[in-house]
Amino acid sequence: MTVGSMALERFPMPPRPAEARPPYAMGLVAIIASVTMLFVAFTAALLIRRTAPDWVPIDLPGILWWNTGVILASSLTMEFSRRAIRRGATALAERWTAGAFGLGVVFLGGQTAAWLVLVEKGVFLPSSPYASFFYLLSAVHGCHLIGGLVALGWCWRKLRAGAYGAFGHRGLGHAAIYWHFVGGLWLYVFFMLGAL
Amino acid sequence: MSAEAVHAESFIRRYLFSTDHKTIGKQYLLTAFFMGLFAVGWSILIRIQLAWPHANLPLLSRLFPGLYQDGVLLPERYLSLVTMHGTVMVFFVISFALVSGFGNFIIPLHIGARDMAYPVLNMLSYWTAVPACILMIASFFVPDGAAAAGWTAYPPLSALPQAVPGSGWGQTLWLLGMALFIASFTMGSLNFVTTILNLRTKGMSMFRMPLTVWTLFISSVLGILAFPALTAAAIMLLLDRHGGTSFFLPSGLVVGGQVLEHSGGTPLLFQHLFWFLGHPEVYILVLPAIGIAFDVVAVFGRRPVFGYRTSIWALLVIGVLSMIVWGHHMFTSGMNPYLGEYFSVATVAITVPFAVLGMNLIASLWRAEIRLHPAMLFALAMIAAIGLGGLGGLWLGTASSDMYLHDSYFVVGHFHFMIGVVTAFGIFAGTYYWFPKMFGRMIDQRLGKIHFWATSVGVFFAFIAMHFLGLGGVLRRTYDPTAYEYTASVTWLNLPISIALFLAAAAQVVFLVNFFWSMFRGQKAEANPWEAATLEWTTPSPAPHLNWRELPSVFRGPYEYRTDGRAAGYRSQVVPDEPPAEVRA
Repeated sequence: MTVGSMALERFPMPPRPAEARPPYAMGLVAIIASVTMLFVAFTAALLIRRTAPDWVPIDLPGILWWNTGVILASSLTMEFSRRAIRRGATALAERWTAGAFGLGVVFLGGQTAAWLVLVEKGVFLPSSPYASFFYLLSAVHGCHLIGGLVALGWCWRKLRAGAYGAFGHRGLGHAAIYWHFVGGLWLYVFFMLGAL
Repeated sequence: MSAEAVHAESFIRRYLFSTDHKTIGKQYLLTAFFMGLFAVGWSILIRIQLAWPHANLPLLSRLFPGLYQDGVLLPERYLSLVTMHGTVMVFFVISFALVSGFGNFIIPLHIGARDMAYPVLNMLSYWTAVPACILMIASFFVPDGAAAAGWTAYPPLSALPQAVPGSGWGQTLWLLGMALFIASFTMGSLNFVTTILNLRTKGMSMFRMPLTVWTLFISSVLGILAFPALTAAAIMLLLDRHGGTSFFLPSGLVVGGQVLEHSGGTPLLFQHLFWFLGHPEVYILVLPAIGIAFDVVAVFGRRPVFGYRTSIWALLVIGVLSMIVWGHHMFTSGMNPYLGEYFSVATVAITVPFAVLGMNLIASLWRAEIRLHPAMLFALAMIAAIGLGGLGGLWLGTASSDMYLHDSYFVVGHFHFMIGVVTAFGIFAGTYYWFPKMFGRMIDQRLGKIHFWATSVGVFFAFIAMHFLGLGGVLRRTYDPTAYEYTASVTWLNLPISIALFLAAAAQVVFLVNFFWSMFRGQKAEANPWEAATLEWTTPSPAPHLNWRELPSVFRGPYEYRTDGRAAGYRSQVVPDEPPAEVRA
């Protein structure tokens, strides 16, 4: 035993987690922080813009309530998937993930239908500031939801390939967190447009 | 087996679509230099116009037929030049070089990581930035020329294609270019934050990181939190331009005798959103420069950084405050005086942590054994620039004096000190300091000193003089400085300012020649030519792929210079503590 290694044994390494930790959770936090700030900025814009005299809320299409239900169900489904994979029930998790993905697609379809209802009524993007904000916020939210769908699809493929198990499903966990986040984001947008 | 042999890849994988953080850092740095050629070139045209406003310049007319007509710079093109000089300098030169360039190159080397947390995202970030550059440059070649609404792109000027010539295609390309830039920068910031928090090597606690890494960390957090506001503003501005919405456009606008259909919007909203990013952006750029100055001052002063921990706390306080002071850019916009008072107080409060940083930089020099390498010269001059810029900032941060100075050359002089000189000197200090690690060769010191003195004399003279122009009432973005008689007593300064800046611009030619000559012909560098203590100097120069054969372990802080009178005068972060006598025996 050399002097150096003796010294190291007696005086262990400095108190710092030694091996690098996997960076994915931190990346997810950063993404969520960034998207949150984006919607904070939109909220600020809406709060200022609605003080103008031409701010007149329009009747939002009723289908939006159905869409809200669908996205909540999708979030729930994804949560079931996460619970299933925690127990090691891969096949079940795969089905739940596919369900969450499907409901996400249904939600997007429903949002498009809501747009079509408005177009039918002659309400377009520039028609009124309220309409502008509705189209803008639902579109930006939809884009972030598509990102979530990509993540779910990727998880589904990994599940099918048998890459996830009870003790190794970090990707699915993170995808689920993001999926809950975009679901909650829609609740926020819907509330903001309806309540203000 | 050497690291190079392990890493045998095609030219394209290695130099173009590389995922190696060092290559990406160098790509960003070189892209910044390339964009800098444009931005400096445009500023030369601006300075020619201001120095000789009534001259006939047939040669320039022939060289740039789109900008000049019959030997005279077109007034609307002058505004394009000002706009694009600002935009490209802030986002495509300084951000690229300081944050993306040095950030990518140095973070893994400083914290003992093999690469960034997300190497592919990193490559994607660079290759999103390239089309952004192309869009910006291309905007000079569209009908009606490049964006002309200022780098702040305030509506309604920027929102109405018919408002000014540059507000057509040029402004649209500007917005798209900025959108790509923001996407690229966000990917980079995400990578930096994650890498710093998760990939530090054994023993590298947060409070053992070099200050450059700390500043880049804070910059990245600010970028993640502040840039989305500009994204939102840019999306809404695009919709106002092309979708017929009225987010920012008030009613009753008349352009060319026609009343526009827009109504109810408020241009002030854009200003708020813009400056919610715009002010933190200043700190995103300035902080890494200060971090580099700390590292360079410690190495070339052979002293530990004074007040390492207080500096970190000061940086954190600056980061928080920078997010809540944006309104000081808008004192004259008619905001409630009580709100203005708040923004004034918060702004002036930033001087406290900034004074701590400046004080610590100066105190680090106490009894230092200063080696006047060009890197050190730039770092020292940067301390002076921080002081001068900061003093001007007090005047502008105070609402009552800002009422007079707003939109004058005082502002131009002030921000050129802070985000011009401080950041550029940070880039130069970093380049001279890390050049051996980047390219495995030494950069020529004599040319470096010529570069330093010519640059310093030029920019310090020019930007101090601009403060006096502003005190005399000269407004920024004025095409013809002789247009107002009441400023005649100070506008003669424009000629010496231009000459000083031409000198500084010429110095950059020396720098580029030195840079590229040394890259291929410079003397070979050893692993640790500066006797520096931080991790990047424990690996060969240039640093191999994946940085170290075995990841180093860290036992001490980054600035242990001459602390115990040892022969070497410094202890590298990887040197373990000496075992006590009984163990040695």
